[in-house]
Amino acid sequence: MAKRLKRFSRSQLVIPVFALFLLIVFNLIRDAGFFELTIITNNLGDTVLSGNIVSILNGASELAILAIGMTLVTASSRGQDISVGAAAAIAGSIFVSVLRGAGQITVPVILIGFLASCAVAVVFGAFNGTLVAIFKIQPMIATLILFSAGRSIAYWINGGATPTVENSLVKFIGSFIPGIPIPTPIIIVIVFGILVSLVLRFTNLGLYTQSVGINEGSARLNGINTVWMKLLSFMILGICVAIAGCINVCKIGLINHETLLLDIEMDAILAVAIGGNSLSGGKFSLTGSVIGAYIIQALTVTLWAMKVPSTAVKAYKAIVIIAIVAISSPVVKEYALRLRDRLFKKPEKLEQSFQEGSIDGGKSL
Amino acid sequence: MTRNRGLNAGIPAEKRREPISNTNLLLTITICTFIGMYVLAMLVWGGGFLNPQQFLDIFNNNAFLIVVSCGLTIVMIAGGIDISVGGITALVTMACVVYLDDQGGSVIGSAVLALGIGTAFGLVQGVLVSYLDIQPFIVTLAGMFFAKGMTTIVSAVPRTAALESFVALKEFRIVIPGIGSYGKAGNFIPARIEIGVIVAIAIVLAILFILKWTRFGRNLYAVGGNRQSALMLGINVKRTKFYSYLLSGLLSGIGGYVYLLHTGAGNASNATAAEIQAIASAIIGGTLLTGGVGNVIGTLFGVLSLKTINNIVIASGLREPYWQSITTGLMLCFFILLQSIVLALRSKGGFKLPGWMRFKSDSIKKDLAT
Repeated sequence: MAKRLKRFSRSQLVIPVFALFLLIVFNLIRDAGFFELTIITNNLGDTVLSGNIVSILNGASELAILAIGMTLVTASSRGQDISVGAAAAIAGSIFVSVLRGAGQITVPVILIGFLASCAVAVVFGAFNGTLVAIFKIQPMIATLILFSAGRSIAYWINGGATPTVENSLVKFIGSFIPGIPIPTPIIIVIVFGILVSLVLRFTNLGLYTQSVGINEGSARLNGINTVWMKLLSFMILGICVAIAGCINVCKIGLINHETLLLDIEMDAILAVAIGGNSLSGGKFSLTGSVIGAYIIQALTVTLWAMKVPSTAVKAYKAIVIIAIVAISSPVVKEYALRLRDRLFKKPEKLEQSFQEGSIDGGKSL
Repeated sequence: MTRNRGLNAGIPAEKRREPISNTNLLLTITICTFIGMYVLAMLVWGGGFLNPQQFLDIFNNNAFLIVVSCGLTIVMIAGGIDISVGGITALVTMACVVYLDDQGGSVIGSAVLALGIGTAFGLVQGVLVSYLDIQPFIVTLAGMFFAKGMTTIVSAVPRTAALESFVALKEFRIVIPGIGSYGKAGNFIPARIEIGVIVAIAIVLAILFILKWTRFGRNLYAVGGNRQSALMLGINVKRTKFYSYLLSGLLSGIGGYVYLLHTGAGNASNATAAEIQAIASAIIGGTLLTGGVGNVIGTLFGVLSLKTINNIVIASGLREPYWQSITTGLMLCFFILLQSIVLALRSKGGFKLPGWMRFKSDSIKKDLAT
């Protein structure tokens, strides 16, 4: 047990878990009833769970899914994709078009709509991936193109309007399936998370992605198809974008290309960074990114509960984020370690660590 | 036997010249494209494009973008990125308006306040990025959030500056004699530019001087090009990066003041997406995100190109609002691909498509021949 704890304390999950823990403690101190779950009947007559935890988990579902895709892209392509919001707007528009085009909205129609939006999002992901992998353009620059043009393409698909979808099936996906007290987006995130972790465990995706990110040259010499790995990560991000877009459309019931998941790319990149992943690629931890996504949402909900006006929320968010990344920066970590050594280690151990630190291990004397 | 050919291959030793640097080549491409585009617009659509006032209006309306893009160019040359510039601009406009109206400040005082806010942001961001080694994207993203939040804390509603001396400064126009346009009644209206344009041009020239003829400018290129080599040359990498962020913050403050001079109002939604437009202008102007390559003149032409494309779209009758963003995206795509291909062709390895895309027969023949 002690060994496991020690191994955990060295992993990259320490900071996000610690930050989440601090947030929970802060909330409990401020208001002991913050995390209570109540069972209420909502206006549709279903008995559902309600409370701040539910609101945090529900609100962060799109962000968690996008954070998973963004982690893969960051890990393999050493850069970020800033077009996910615009691509989600496009995917949502396709979904809504299919739903409105069919006369009756039934489960097969929703499935076809979802698959269509997936296909379009994967095509756009492949476009980004081609620019990054084959033309060797920086991911942030390559995705700047779709960022500029994406929402306008969604506007064009929608014909300039903000079409609505009013249907009980859509409401099932967006809020609650009757009989299940947990909101459906949370269930979708759990299912997607399980799927992704199974894929990572039973295939080589994780290993190859990390190799390409850590050292592309040696990965290629080892026989890994680096172009295909990068392309694949962008296409997986495309699938995540489609899921996030469809969830958001179902939640809100209409699609507004201007405001759908606005600025979510920044939050997704933040989630990846808070999760301890390096933004310049390499080893990644999907758990960390998902925890990062929930930290961001928990922060927002905490600030709402403290009656901070919603426009000023951003300023406080910025301070907390700076605090988290400053603590996890290597310079600060090294300083903290040296401080700990100075204060707490016994003299012989200090002597030993000095000797270990010197080039020859203290043997030349 | 490799097929690598240096840029001077095949030329006898006495005739070899220094090949044109990457920076200058991309700059030339940008300027030629802009001139070509504008001439084409003048020929095909005539009308507004032949009016010199419309050309000067691009400067008038976007002087702040020019200033802000210069700051971003500096940071990108040194290898970083700064996406807080839009937020700082908005904060500066709001803070200056509140200072001018509520606190009864002077115009000079508000200018000092603008510089102060910009420098403060640049200072904090510079320390966090260069000395604490945090990712610049995260730091400047947090800076943008903080600036946007502070804008609404300073004043929740949009405000217009009402101080007479400031309004007089805002309305002041410099007349350019000789060129002008004919109004509807046939009278000659000489071309006018605002004060902000003078500030913007002065900034561009100052930054050009810094980049080309000071040691600090050379250090920026070195740090951006290859950080390890710069370190081994004895350049203080951390200090250079710190100064680049400081300068970018300062220029965002100036840009905010120029924006205020243009619109006269403080509003939380001022300069939204300015950072993306500034990055796009810098890229069109030939600055690479990876650093080491870049030129402010290119950025200036980048801003002009970006805005000219909008005018062309309007002139060609595509009036739906989405066409502007789509054409901006297409132009970005064109420039990015062009830059990538040009740089790949100039590098030692040449431009290589992945194996499955190449024509098989050629490579097999060459392999068999050697």
